[in-house]
Amino acid sequence: MNVTVLISSFINGLVIGCVYSLIALGLTLIFGIMKIINFAHGALLMIAMYSSFWLFRLFHIDPYLSLFINIPLLFAVGVLIQKLVIGPVMEGPHYIQILVTIGLMLLLENVSLMAFTRDLRSVTTFYQNWVLTFGSVTIGFTKMAAAILSLVLTALLFLMLKFTIFGKAIRATSQNKTGASLVGIPIRSIYLLTFGIGTACVGAAGAMLIPYYTLDPYIGLSFAMIAFITVVMGGLESFGGVFISGVVIGIAESLGALFMPGSMKMVVVFIIFILVILFSPLKNIKEQG
Amino acid sequence: MTDKRFYGDLRFSWPVQVGLLVALLVFLCLVPLFATEHIVSIFIMMMLYGYLGSCWNILGGYSGYLPFGNGAFYGIGGYSSSLLFIKAGVTPWLGMLVGAVLSSVLAFFIGLISFRFRLKGVLFAFITIAFAEICLLVAANVELFGGNIGILIPLKGNQYAIYQSTSKAFFYYIILIMLAMIVLLTRLIEKNKIGVYLVAIREEERAAEALGVHSNRYKLYAFMMSAFFTALGGTFYAQYFMYIDPGLMFGFGASLEPVLRTIIGGAGTVWGPVIGSVVLELLSEVTRSLLGEIGGLHLAVYGLLLILSCIYIPQGLSTFIINLVKVHSYWKREPL
Repeated sequence: MNVTVLISSFINGLVIGCVYSLIALGLTLIFGIMKIINFAHGALLMIAMYSSFWLFRLFHIDPYLSLFINIPLLFAVGVLIQKLVIGPVMEGPHYIQILVTIGLMLLLENVSLMAFTRDLRSVTTFYQNWVLTFGSVTIGFTKMAAAILSLVLTALLFLMLKFTIFGKAIRATSQNKTGASLVGIPIRSIYLLTFGIGTACVGAAGAMLIPYYTLDPYIGLSFAMIAFITVVMGGLESFGGVFISGVVIGIAESLGALFMPGSMKMVVVFIIFILVILFSPLKNIKEQG
Repeated sequence: MTDKRFYGDLRFSWPVQVGLLVALLVFLCLVPLFATEHIVSIFIMMMLYGYLGSCWNILGGYSGYLPFGNGAFYGIGGYSSSLLFIKAGVTPWLGMLVGAVLSSVLAFFIGLISFRFRLKGVLFAFITIAFAEICLLVAANVELFGGNIGILIPLKGNQYAIYQSTSKAFFYYIILIMLAMIVLLTRLIEKNKIGVYLVAIREEERAAEALGVHSNRYKLYAFMMSAFFTALGGTFYAQYFMYIDPGLMFGFGASLEPVLRTIIGGAGTVWGPVIGSVVLELLSEVTRSLLGEIGGLHLAVYGLLLILSCIYIPQGLSTFIINLVKVHSYWKREPL
């Protein structure tokens, strides 16, 4: 094994890691505000990818342009889910909140299985075989584009949270719910907004992934796993931590693929996950009840 | 946090209880004599999921720690007995015990590290999922375990000594005995101190510890029992369908299906898992006969039901029904 291969797979991991980060940021935003881990996050990503796929297939809308449709669409879906499914159990015990999102995952996955069948889907674009070469390292154009778009959106999300009044309200709610409602922040609307933004993240990620991923109704689970790992590793609520850990997971997965055949690369990721869960300092600070 | 769902317990006097149980058992024993093959196979699936749900219930229902990776034990059960049978000619009756012991060792290991590190809620769920996924990946990628293609168990005809039969009735009675055992075990756990400790852990772990409950020890016992019996269920599945593959045995679906039934039926109750699996199995039969065979339909319905039951009857169907009966008899007794 030579250094070029190593560097190449490192860069590839870095690039896919940016998309993982974006997906995980959606999850962490929801967790930060509502203390709910959304198991349906991956299924929502799958929905977003189908949306881009059908927009391309039926209306010939380029996947990157479908970004502008996907983001509002998934935002609306997220708001709806919060309104109908998560909202009613917000006050309930923790395990009910986990189970309700699992129910949602089952529903979304299997409805799309019924609607779209098990066929593998992928889009054919004129740029899918473009390759960018940096010295001896080559990266697919679609992967690079996805990474750059993810970075841009992450930055936008960060700026929104930091500098707009909505962002301020969201941060306040995440810090202290009671305090936030005392100063007049409408908590319920913040929940709706947050869940909407969280799912809009996967809406965007879906549009970026479809140019180089083959899609089937069960694709969500593997992404959801990676997002869970990223979120726990990043410290559940820390924006920067989650971003960095997304990149780290991407690199670990990509390097693991060099040493282990087939899907065994994921074993590396899961072992990291177990270690992270065990040694995560967070679980002592706030007990996930 | 007190939880309403656990107070529902319909108290019949014991002769009535015994009478009802005997009637149920006699009915179940007679089913294969009269029913068609199709009906018998529906009953087998009901009882299998009731059994697996009860296994999950021991830890998940009573202690409030939610393991979402019981597929690991299910798969180890199925794979151990099948591999031992194919490669070494060991009868699955022995192989199933090997699988069960291996599973409880794994459960001991997972439980030891996660309870030692005081994992709770979502983090405990995640670590069990991670172990199940690792098992899945190993089974799918290692040549010895048959890889992604899975394992086909050769049919040797009606040989009860190697856990094989061409008649469904044979499997029917096996799973009936297994289900009866696990229900009895759950009942014993519930009525003994371990059950009380587990419920105390679920309601307020720190207080329980302060009162001298070795919480980690009892959680471990529950987890290991749960794993042991889940593995026996895995062997049953392998012998009944004569085919296993990594996704079927170790997949997230395999971990989730028993949980669904338990939650919908009522977690933390003796009969909840059984009621849940009866209801869901009947429901999926009805949808299948109304709408035909559509891939994913019954799971979509389960998902919807899970959402609805979480929102409207989080205590589960069994407690819900019992409370209805109670309210009803209350009104009859003391009219206002």
